Order: sequence, then structure tokens, then C-alpha cells
Amino acid sequence: MISLAINVGQTQTPEAVLFWVLGPLAVLAALGMLLVKKAVHSALLLAWVMITLAIFYIAQDAAFLGIVQIVVYTGAVMMLFLFILMLVGVDSADSLTETIRGLRPIAIVAAIGFGGLMISLLDRATLGRQLVGLAAANEAGNVQGLAGLLFSKYVWPFEIVSALLITAALGAMVLAHNHRVIARPTQRDLATARFRSGSLSTAAGLPGPGVYALHNAVDVPALLPDGSASEASISATLKARGDVIDSRPFQLKELEEDK
Amino acid sequence: MNAANYLYVSALLFTIGAIGVVVRRNAIVVFMCVELMLNAANLAFVTFARINGNLEGQVVAFFTMVVAACEVVVGLAIIVTIYRSRRSASVDDASLLKR
Repeated sequence: MISLAINVGQTQTPEAVLFWVLGPLAVLAALGMLLVKKAVHSALLLAWVMITLAIFYIAQDAAFLGIVQIVVYTGAVMMLFLFILMLVGVDSADSLTETIRGLRPIAIVAAIGFGGLMISLLDRATLGRQLVGLAAANEAGNVQGLAGLLFSKYVWPFEIVSALLITAALGAMVLAHNHRVIARPTQRDLATARFRSGSLSTAAGLPGPGVYALHNAVDVPALLPDGSASEASISATLKARGDVIDSRPFQLKELEEDK
Repeated sequence: MNAANYLYVSALLFTIGAIGVVVRRNAIVVFMCVELMLNAANLAFVTFARINGNLEGQVVAFFTMVVAACEVVVGLAIIVTIYRSRRSASVDDASLLKR
């Protein structure tokens, strides 16, 4: 039987208001993270959960951790997530079809069991304890108290964690390094390929765009000796956009005196 | 309000994160759910530190944050590497060993 009646001490009223406003919002945002289709929306909801947790930390006399939570999580980690999302493709919506049959009901049942177990175990973890509060521990300030512990009792884990950070940075660099499988073609290779490509019409390079007395721009095709416009002289992008001007008005007209 | 309510929120967030890891298919979303679980554990640490009047819980939460940051960096690098070779960030597509 799960009893929710453990009592480890009461908090002040303002904190209760804060909790009952932000706590349900955090849980709702976390649930939304599961249900929304797009990864970007998930990331935004997670950022909200993390901000809520930062406020909870500050409310619980952990000012340093609250600030670090905002700087590290909502600042660095979420930016990294969004950056990778941009790289992988923002529009990549998750397919919500089940690939393993019956996975979702099993997961939900297991989660309810697990959550119920944890909540019922919280009873025992807090059994017979009173809320001591951090007023005494934070007497010299929260940062000073944490620093005192970090640099005395926990100095060895602290060093190991710094080594871990450096290793992780190196590992990420090695993983993200892009090896070229094929050597980049040199100018000589490109020239050889041009001459061996069947027709020699483009061997000397493509013609430049139209340069006329009346008009001089990249959106006018050059005129070939027979008077026709050269398709190859304009960028394919301009052609696709439909920004190409007809070159006929710029053709050489018969001079007035010749008539 | 009872200070143990924070622990209930923490347990709920952890459970939701666990469901997300199992159910979602996009590797990045799975990763975000792992982050949610780490954060839930941190909330429990901070709350226990307050209940016991002892800063050691906050120190452990601090270490968890550092390890989580390392994990994000390496994990996202792995996701980018897989994406580069398979053009997909779905955890179902990286199943070469199965066949």
C-alpha cells in the first residue's frame, strides 16, 4: 500500500505556491516532451523543465546549483542539442509507429510499476526524518560551503572529473573529425576530366554571360556567332528562378547609314 | 507544503524520462530523455541535501552535472557520426549487427 503521508517538515507558504505552480507545469512539459512529434518542440519543452528545476534549486537553498543549472543546461547543453538538431535536420519528425510490437503498452506498464515503487520507497528514505534545512550549512554562503567540501573531502573526485571533461572534449573532436575518403580533385585532374568528357565544346571553359553596349549583367545570355543565345553562359540558379533576360534586344542591328 | 513533494516530482520526471528512452525512436529525443532522468536525480539529491541539512548532496549533484555535460558532448558526436554515414538519426536504422 502506497501511503503519501510522509512528513519531513513544512516549508513556508511562498515556496508552496511556487511549487504548486511550477511542479505540475514541469511534469506536464516532461509529458509533452514524450508526446510531441518534432524533436525541436521536445528540446524547447526540456529547456522549460530545466529552468523549472533551476528555480526549484534556488528555492531549496542551492543558489549555486541553480545558476549552474541555467548556465550549463539551458545555456550550453540545450544549445548543443539545438545545434545538432539543425545539423541533422529540423524537420525530421519522429515516426510514431511501433517497430517492436507491444512495446508501448509494456513500457507504460513497466513505468507505472517503477514509478509506484520509487514513490513508495520515498516513504522509507525519509522515514522519521525532520527537515533540517540548510541554514546552518549555508552560514558562510552556499558557494563557500560547496567550495569547502569540493576542495577538501571531494578534491580527488574533482580532479578525476576534470580529467573526464578533457577526455570527453578530445573524444568529441576525434569523433567529429571528418576523414576524406577520396582525395580532393586537383586543378590538373579537373582539366584532364574536361578534355576526356566526350565533347570538346566546353574544354576551354563555359562562355561568359552577356556583355553588351546597352546592358552588362550576368542575367543576359551571351550570343553565339550565329546570333543565337548560349544557354551555357548563365548560371543554372538564375535560370531556375526565371530571372533570365532575353538577349535579342541587344543583338547587333543594321546601322542607320547602311539602309 | 511538505518538502518531500519535490521528491515525488523527481520520481515522476525520472519515470517519464525512462518511458521516453524506451518509446521514442529519434536518437536525439532519446538523448534528451536521458538528460531529463539525470536532472530528476539531481533534484532528488538537492532535496535530500536540504532535508538532511548537509551540503554533500549538492556536491554530488554538481558532479552529476559535469558528467552529464561530458556525456552530452560525446553522445551528440556519436549521433552526428552515425548520421553522416547512415543519413538517419533513428535508433532503429542502426541495426547492421542484427543481420
